[in-house]
Amino acid sequence: MTGRQDLLYFFTLHRTGIFVTLMAMALVLFPYVEDNPYTLGLTNLIAINAIVVLGLNLFIGYTGQISLGHAAFFGLGAYGSAIATVTFELSPWPAMILVALIVALVAFCVGVAVLRLSGHYLAMATLGLNYVVHTVLLQWDEVTGGPSGFAGIPSLTLPGLTFDDPVSLHYLLWAFAMVCLLLCLNLVRSGVGRGLAALAGDETAAASLGVDTRAAKVKIFVLSAVLASLAGSLFAHCYSYVSPDTFGIFTSTDLVIMVVIGGMGSIWGSIFGAAFLTLLPEWMDFFDAYKDLVHGGILVLVLMFLPQGLITGLTDIIRVRLALWRRDHAAA
Amino acid sequence: MLRLEGVGKYFGGLPALTDVTMSVPAGRLTALIGPNGAGKSTLINCMTGVLAPTSGSIRFKDQEIAGLPAHRITRLGIHRTFQNLRLFPRLSVLDNVLTGLTCEGGQSMFMAMLRLPYLRHRERQLRLKALEAMDQFGLAEKRNWPAGVLAYGDKKRVELARAIVGKPKLLLLDEPVAGLNAEETAAVGEQLKNLRRAGHTILLVEHDMDLVMNIADQVVVLDSGRCIAAGTADEVRRNPLVLEAYLGRMEATA
Repeated sequence: MTGRQDLLYFFTLHRTGIFVTLMAMALVLFPYVEDNPYTLGLTNLIAINAIVVLGLNLFIGYTGQISLGHAAFFGLGAYGSAIATVTFELSPWPAMILVALIVALVAFCVGVAVLRLSGHYLAMATLGLNYVVHTVLLQWDEVTGGPSGFAGIPSLTLPGLTFDDPVSLHYLLWAFAMVCLLLCLNLVRSGVGRGLAALAGDETAAASLGVDTRAAKVKIFVLSAVLASLAGSLFAHCYSYVSPDTFGIFTSTDLVIMVVIGGMGSIWGSIFGAAFLTLLPEWMDFFDAYKDLVHGGILVLVLMFLPQGLITGLTDIIRVRLALWRRDHAAA
Repeated sequence: MLRLEGVGKYFGGLPALTDVTMSVPAGRLTALIGPNGAGKSTLINCMTGVLAPTSGSIRFKDQEIAGLPAHRITRLGIHRTFQNLRLFPRLSVLDNVLTGLTCEGGQSMFMAMLRLPYLRHRERQLRLKALEAMDQFGLAEKRNWPAGVLAYGDKKRVELARAIVGKPKLLLLDEPVAGLNAEETAAVGEQLKNLRRAGHTILLVEHDMDLVMNIADQVVVLDSGRCIAAGTADEVRRNPLVLEAYLGRMEATA
């Protein structure tokens, strides 16, 4: 074996590790290159969105289900942390874990009931869930602060460190996002992940291969809700203020659009999708008035031409071309 | 190994199977034949939990499995292929075959997310098993291709590899040579003989009479949802009921 082949083999064997390391290094160095607080604010928001999208992409891309209500779990996490730390004066870290556990329980109950449905019915049911949560956040003034929102949420702290400026938040949020990324990558590269990919491809076949399809759907639904809840808690502590409109159904659809841009079942694509949609308004000045129009347009176009999502669709095309090319050349 | 008694399946009021009684002895290759619409696929779907039978009992090694969900039956060691291919076209050939080892994963979601060294070791073992099974069917070279781009015959082989890689106690094959040419059919026949020789218990649902008569130890004939004959290939071939079921139908269509 030549040196070049050795290198190639090493690369294919460890490519996930290599990519994760490179990305982590880039993120560590990023604040040294770019110290504009506005830009860091944006990349921090990408990290928060990415955590939600990672979970949602597992659910949509790896179990083949749909949720138009993930902003509800995001909102429950954010308001949960706000209420726990301000109203009940718990310290933020345990509060975050407690809230995530409660959200997991909620998602489990909802999931067991709702995941008997599929397709349009599931979409409607999850949309309904989002409406219920949004309405409660909006109407239950005494607890949530109602339409004017909930202010005064404390920053997260570690001994000798307070996460209240863009740079420290950058490290905190991206550390969370990278850990979530790594956990999701590990999951999909395992036997469990293959079972999930099978489930997304063909439910009957997956069941015949030994995948407990109902349990798998509920588990991934709960996992994605927990990730959304963690992201929500981080969001609340990061901005010290939350308002109900952040967690409405348009946020849910935006999250789905991020998944679609990233591509069904593409973990790396999730980061890209979150980044793309978070940055899009910055690139277009006229954008604000037409935001929903442009988002809708992107969704329709991607689903028409690349139903597997943008990144996944493109890589699929490349993989198929490559294999066909190899096949024809092997035959020749 | 597998024993069916009085199995019936009704869709609405329509009977697809009425009172099927048959058995699949261990270590043998049993073929299930019958004219179109006889209920062969319905029967195999009842055995594997894709459908729940309306009545009757299906016992696998003295355990009642009628009505169990598909994944439970698979975990007991009954693996199958599908008449219409059910591969995962976007996954690589290797990953498709690896899905056949889902039952052996022994992994919880948590452990998978942490990717402990034990798990990596396990993944390597599974990979080796999958490569071995692929070698057996001449697929090793194509392991990284997306399964969707394979030729039809190769796809059929991937399904077979996926079904046997988990070393099932009972293998159910739903028309493994449908759509293959004579040469490919002969090759699959050889592979089935090898599997049989290696001690696999196989139930083969098939239209191709030559293949069945060549390799089956025992033939069961199904017609209109009932079991009308069982025995060796020669016995079945001479059975007047069988001749009537096949020839009678041919006269009716002619």
